[in-house]
Amino acid sequence: MTRDRRLSWINGLLLPLFNVLTAFLATAVVFILIDVNPIEATKILIYGAFGYEEGIGYTLYYTTNFIFTGLAVAVAFHAGLFNIGGEGQAYVGGLGTALVALYIDPTLSAWLIIPLGISGGLLFGAMWAIIPAYLQAYRGSHIVITTIMFNFLASALMVYLLVHVLREVGQMSPQSKDFPDSAWIPFVHDVFAGMGYKIAESPLNLSFIIALLFSALVWFFLWHTRWGFAIRATGKSNDAAVYSGINPKKIIVVTMCISGALAGLVGINELMGVQHRLLLDFNYGYGFGGIAVALMGRNHPIGIIIAALLFGILYQGGMDLAFEMQSVSRHIIVVMQGLVILFCGGLEYLYRPILIRFLAPIEASE
Amino acid sequence: MKNAKHSHFSGLIKKSGLAIIATAFVLTASIAQAEFKPAVVYDIAGKNDKSFNESVFNGATRFMNDTGIAVTELEPTNAAQVEQTLKKLAQRGYEPIVAVGFGMSNAVAAASEAYPDTKFTLIDGWVMAPNVQVVLYKEHEGSFLVGVLAAMNSKTGTVGFVGGMDIPLISRFECGYKQGVAYQDSSMKVLANMTGSTPAAFGNPSKGGELTRSQIEAGADVVYAAAGGTGIGVYQTAADMGVLAIGVDDNQNYMQPGTMLTSMFKLVGDAAYDSYEAAMNGTWDPAMRVLGLAENGVGWALDEYNRDMISAEMEARVNEVRASIISGDIVVHDYTTDNSCPI
Repeated sequence: MTRDRRLSWINGLLLPLFNVLTAFLATAVVFILIDVNPIEATKILIYGAFGYEEGIGYTLYYTTNFIFTGLAVAVAFHAGLFNIGGEGQAYVGGLGTALVALYIDPTLSAWLIIPLGISGGLLFGAMWAIIPAYLQAYRGSHIVITTIMFNFLASALMVYLLVHVLREVGQMSPQSKDFPDSAWIPFVHDVFAGMGYKIAESPLNLSFIIALLFSALVWFFLWHTRWGFAIRATGKSNDAAVYSGINPKKIIVVTMCISGALAGLVGINELMGVQHRLLLDFNYGYGFGGIAVALMGRNHPIGIIIAALLFGILYQGGMDLAFEMQSVSRHIIVVMQGLVILFCGGLEYLYRPILIRFLAPIEASE
Repeated sequence: MKNAKHSHFSGLIKKSGLAIIATAFVLTASIAQAEFKPAVVYDIAGKNDKSFNESVFNGATRFMNDTGIAVTELEPTNAAQVEQTLKKLAQRGYEPIVAVGFGMSNAVAAASEAYPDTKFTLIDGWVMAPNVQVVLYKEHEGSFLVGVLAAMNSKTGTVGFVGGMDIPLISRFECGYKQGVAYQDSSMKVLANMTGSTPAAFGNPSKGGELTRSQIEAGADVVYAAAGGTGIGVYQTAADMGVLAIGVDDNQNYMQPGTMLTSMFKLVGDAAYDSYEAAMNGTWDPAMRVLGLAENGVGWALDEYNRDMISAEMEARVNEVRASIISGDIVVHDYTTDNSCPI
């Protein structure tokens, strides 16, 4: 029992912390190599992410997307499935949201349209995950391969729809017409303005609250429902799950649908929240980022929120860094993210033996 | 102990407060100076795309070299960042701000509304605003000319077209080219392929090479690429298999001398340069500029690399067609007006 508890706080807290710090150290080396003062760069990055209202807004707006995709990957992880298809599920989920926003009667109340838009995203995201799930469960095709392939299919499908079906004649960009106002999720700065507070404009919208709500839902679902138990049991041991009367095939399909549905919510934030139209590549990078977020957040909603925030900081602060320092190109930001993913994902147990060696005696003495 | 901690903490707050005030002061000071601060925002493909963005980059670099004035360059990575970048530049007093690519239209619309006193120049996009100069090109006219030239040089009766991403803009090149080929010889066949359906299709030379190979095997002996970085593979394959290729955007005749028949140039770098120069001289105005053959915004390239391949007859013919288009005797259909091509 004590052993388990010891592992949990080392695994859950210390390891991610050490991993992130190592990634930052490696980034500092990269900065020194390109003649950028890493301390100066860190200051700009932190200031960019938190130093002013607009920056905070952008940081939380990016965080929202990463929470959705992070949750998606985590739910699949709990059933032992590696869902690489968040990118495609987010894309097609956005289609579901956009179809509701575009074709529903715009005179209806936003209180009706927005929940329907959310349902559209959930449904289409789940739809895009169900085929790989079925193939994994009943035909033995590996989920990693099929979900990757489905990312390409999603991309091709969306380009076709945006170029040939949803685009207006005379419009150059492959994008749909604008959503009616009643399908806009309110911006946080508008909400504050309504209450008499003036804050800087940013893309942050109430989807952030929706993301937090879904984090709580996922936590409740995974640890406090029968389905959640079945999912975790299947992930821990397929055979044990079978002996306890769980049908792993069914669990695989259900889990992937939930995972896809969560990824499909990226469209809520991006389309109903910010862009107010369907456009190409609005999902770009969030699906894959979600894998890193889930890894870093140890597949727990609280960890995911923290990890998503870190990625939000890197996106927004990195943008400011590229703005302030002309020698920092956007590719350096990708390098930073790559290093975080490398140390938190690929090398996640790097420090575990050392930590256990040093901390075990301390804990034993307590 | 508690008190000490507390005072330390409030000290921190004071310090950071001071820092913010100081930053704000620096910001206002830099705006007050009102120096000439041009900027450019590349689209998501980035400035080193060997094509469209890079042409603008070259234009901006030329301006920097000629005047010694630094042009601030930014490469956003997603749709939200494009708008953020434009607004931020405007807020800090940068102008004119050149935005590159049709994908930036929405962002420029939003930024120009938020900063109505800032000058924006949008290349290839479409925004109606009193502080936005829109620069568009008649790619169909230039493509028509190279189509005529392709038809004159084909011995097999079949020519090829390799497009980048499957979007109306590229269809406009294709449609202009087809019209030019048919104008010269209505019995000619045009094989057309798009490289892909995502922006990655502008940077996939190996796929470009494959498409070119299959077009050549199907009989094409002149291949026109309107595919950004993908074109490199098209030109290489054409050279390897001994057929002719036509470049795009920049004058790319130098890339495979001997098999590069010509290039359909589209001088986006000049648009950026002109915009900076006009703003510097106080002559910048937001009127839309539509640059076709008449304005020399598009055209066909004739230089030392392809001089020997273009006979006097070809040159005369292409220039004759060019004059007819400029005079309006030939009307080249623009695909994007109705999303269809007559041929």
